Amino acid sequence: MCGIAGLFIKNKALESQMGVMLAQMTSTLCGRGPDSAGFAIYTTDDPGFTKLSVIAQGDADLDSLHEQMCREVAPEIQKSATGSNVVFRVPDAKAGQAIEWIDARPAELALIGQGKRLEMYKDVGYPDDVAERFGIAQMRGTHGIAHTRMATESAVTPEGAHPFSTANDQCLVHNGSISNHASMRRALRKDGIKVRTENDSEVAAGYLSQQMHQGKSLGDALDSSLDVLDGFFTFVVGTENGFGVLRDPIACKPAVMAETNDYVAFASEYKSLTGLPGIENARVWEPTPAHSYFWEH
Amino acid sequence: MTTNTLQKAGNETVFDLSRSSVRDLNAYLHELPANRPCDPVRVTHLTGDHSVVAGLDADLDIQVDGHVGYFCGGMLRQARLTINGNAGQGVGSNIESGQIHVRGDASQSAGATGRGGRLVIDGNASARCGISLKGTDIIVKGNIGHLSAFMAQSGRLVVFGDAGDSLGDSLYEAHIYVRGSVASLGADCIAKKMRDEHRKELAELLEAAGEAGKVDVNDFTRYGSARQLYNFKVDNIGAY
Repeated sequence: MCGIAGLFIKNKALESQMGVMLAQMTSTLCGRGPDSAGFAIYTTDDPGFTKLSVIAQGDADLDSLHEQMCREVAPEIQKSATGSNVVFRVPDAKAGQAIEWIDARPAELALIGQGKRLEMYKDVGYPDDVAERFGIAQMRGTHGIAHTRMATESAVTPEGAHPFSTANDQCLVHNGSISNHASMRRALRKDGIKVRTENDSEVAAGYLSQQMHQGKSLGDALDSSLDVLDGFFTFVVGTENGFGVLRDPIACKPAVMAETNDYVAFASEYKSLTGLPGIENARVWEPTPAHSYFWEH
Repeated sequence: MTTNTLQKAGNETVFDLSRSSVRDLNAYLHELPANRPCDPVRVTHLTGDHSVVAGLDADLDIQVDGHVGYFCGGMLRQARLTINGNAGQGVGSNIESGQIHVRGDASQSAGATGRGGRLVIDGNASARCGISLKGTDIIVKGNIGHLSAFMAQSGRLVVFGDAGDSLGDSLYEAHIYVRGSVASLGADCIAKKMRDEHRKELAELLEAAGEAGKVDVNDFTRYGSARQLYNFKVDNIGAY
């Protein structure tokens, strides 16, 4: 099972509605993945600052951690916390140092995403409750992806929820299971890609990041993953300016897409698209297996 | 079920799914008598719901206005069901008799394991169309996806457009007619000569689906089983 949704806004006037549209799409997928949920939202760029999305562990004292981070990394670091998740805005030049600082405190903080525009929110719980907790419906953005999880390959933890981000402004949600994730994880780590969890889907995200880091476009990276990833998958991938979709050649996992002049939408089931504006006249189609689709601003 | 969910337009009963559930709709349909013609039914305000009109066994016309989710018209008997939209996975799965007409596209596994009746799809059908077919006639006016008619045992699959990879893999005795190209044939599926009896069969299928005269039966290629996988061959022992 698992449910995935993605929304790419074409008409700027709809950017203020992105959060509410994505939350509504995700709400219809609660039954496909009731144990956890996550959202990646591409918001506006904050010039000079990088966003670090972090999950606070247990009873971590965020205020004192923030204070300490400002003292030890950069005084300009800002924090916006919602529930167990926090987004730190860090001066670009200090982003690497801030990531090291966060990674050195695994008992208190877990980095889940980084980028100029990407903000990530994920937690265990019923997807509607998770969306409510983070105020997803109130967010604006240019594109976003979401996931409702029914765990198969690894434990139900906030970090194990999707999306996964393995490079700046890149993230992925996955419906399916990857069989060769252990050997691929070892190979990716050797190549310097940070794979932080034991989740199979994070390996797929890491592979795409590696390919794009080597110079491939999103479309080419998606195409090459067909030869390398062994398993079942439907992916929706976000980059700073783009949004891509790929299904494995067997295509057991469902997928439906809709496009109007205002947006491109992806979901596991058509039901998730029925609340979108103008859906009655949208072009609705099932993405062809083993064929990559992507849109860019 | 509240009575205000049902409205009559002439002799047509209109079922508004924004005011009642699929469970109510199906319960209403299951109570219709199976042994005499019933008044037509129309279902409106669909939101991609699953299992719409599943298990219907009655002699009536039923229109579904909108896109449906999974397993629409599953296990159908007698009725003539029209879907004025796209259908999700498994439309008409295990259909036993009657007809389903999808005016849009159909997702995966359309007509899976169907035992009888007819499934007509105006648009495309995606992967595994007619998988494990056991007697239904499927007419797809667009293209079909990969692994269609996998292990199909009997029934007929007619495709006006193209077929994806591995058509008719491990086929038994279903008849396949494709007008366009076939990306690849599955194991033990081969192109066969169209003889007069096949042209006649195809013409009858088109006639029954209301498509007579719209396409030329001579443009189709027939595919069937080479019957090489029917019996165990000791030479293949190493493959197990």
